[in-house]
Amino acid sequence: MRPLTDDETKTMFEKLSKYIGENIKHLVDRPDGTYCFRLHNDRVYYISETILKLATNISRGKLVSVGTCFGKFTKTIKFRLHITALDFLAPYAKFKVWVKPGQEQSFLYGNHVLKSGLGRITENTNQYQGVVVYSMADVPLGFGVAAKSTQECRRVDPMSIVVFHQADIGEFIRSEDTLT
Amino acid sequence: MAACSIEDVLAKAEQDEAEKLKSITVQKELDIEFDIGNLVAYDKNRIDIRQFREQKKDDFLRSLARDNTQLLINEIWKHPTERVEEVIVVKLPEPTTALPREKPPPKPRPPTKWEEFAKLKGIQKKKKTNLVWDDVAKNELHRLRNIARAQKIKVPGVGLTPTAQQSTTDLSRAVNVAKVSTASAGKFQDRLPKEKAPRNTGKKRKFQPVIGNFSSEKQRQLDLLKVMDSKKPRLDVNKAVNKQMREDDREESAAKFRKGGKKGRKGGNFSGKGKGKGGGGKGRAGGKGQGPPGGKKGAGKR
Repeated sequence: MRPLTDDETKTMFEKLSKYIGENIKHLVDRPDGTYCFRLHNDRVYYISETILKLATNISRGKLVSVGTCFGKFTKTIKFRLHITALDFLAPYAKFKVWVKPGQEQSFLYGNHVLKSGLGRITENTNQYQGVVVYSMADVPLGFGVAAKSTQECRRVDPMSIVVFHQADIGEFIRSEDTLT
Repeated sequence: MAACSIEDVLAKAEQDEAEKLKSITVQKELDIEFDIGNLVAYDKNRIDIRQFREQKKDDFLRSLARDNTQLLINEIWKHPTERVEEVIVVKLPEPTTALPREKPPPKPRPPTKWEEFAKLKGIQKKKKTNLVWDDVAKNELHRLRNIARAQKIKVPGVGLTPTAQQSTTDLSRAVNVAKVSTASAGKFQDRLPKEKAPRNTGKKRKFQPVIGNFSSEKQRQLDLLKVMDSKKPRLDVNKAVNKQMREDDREESAAKFRKGGKKGRKGGNFSGKGKGKGGGGKGRAGGKGQGPPGGKKGAGKR
């Protein structure tokens, strides 16, 4: 376990800022405690200081996971965000997409969101903007990338994709083994 | 009478004593051998066959066994004793009799692959000596360091100076350093036909400690965020495209409204949809003209 280097921090923040914009500083600087990012086995974990101090008592080989896994760095040092980060992204999300009840299940199975399933979308969403996907009852379901800007969404045909799926809470069951 | 009885008593007492002693001492022609470690006595005396036949066989054997056992116990008592938990215990010496093997002797195991290879190549086992004081090399290095310090220049280091016997690692490192020490930093240096590219020649990476100064870490991250914010370009292209599309929409709907009136509104909706699609297509085409650069920019940003 080690802290992130500057380059790694930059890559990770860039990825996060696609979803939560400048609210990252609320993750870094929290009023209710010191939280920090640590890297272990190529995965980035977001942990409080107390848990971190306890975790240093476990040897590297035996430590599986600490705190919340935000994502991992791939072999080519790109940062991939995991669904386990949703709890921290959802409250700070800048651009949101609401999915109709009928299409919820399809999204939870890993499919993209079509125009027919789109309930609401935040105004001024740009194309390829990171968005957090909610159900109509304001339950965060996952996140993705807007395939079309809000303006375009209004005028496309119902069968075209409006949000590319990136992660959904169904993954907790589908890819249990790889989430840690 | 009394004298008789006294004599008798004394004689009897003497006889009793003799008997007692007899019971402890045993006379034997040949002294018997002892192996006290195994609690064994070897009696090599010849057995009198006539006596054996005369007496009852059981009695003869019993008395023989008794005598020999007595001798064995006498011998045991000759060894040092000690008291262990209210029991007198004798310290037995090492056994002297060679006992036969309990298990069969081990079969010679077949030589391992390495042993065969070593035999084939004629490799002998070389015992590695402990570190020895290497007078020449250390002296040389220290001398050069002193010179460097006096003249304020840098020492070559890395096995280039010592002249004593060097190990393979030292030599290979010296080779790698020499290769890079050309004017173009080793870029045009050819390698020998079977020489491999040197790996692990970089410096070991150093990381911050796991539990460092939290506030400084936080500050560094916030500064990084500030720098990132300032570097982000304002999204003019997308805004412009959206604005354009909105204006187009508005124009089309306004035009339809003016044309149709009430009837036109109904039909206008219909045709507005179609027209909107066409207009959207046009707008999109127009947007598309700017789209790819914008799209590319977005993708690049991601």
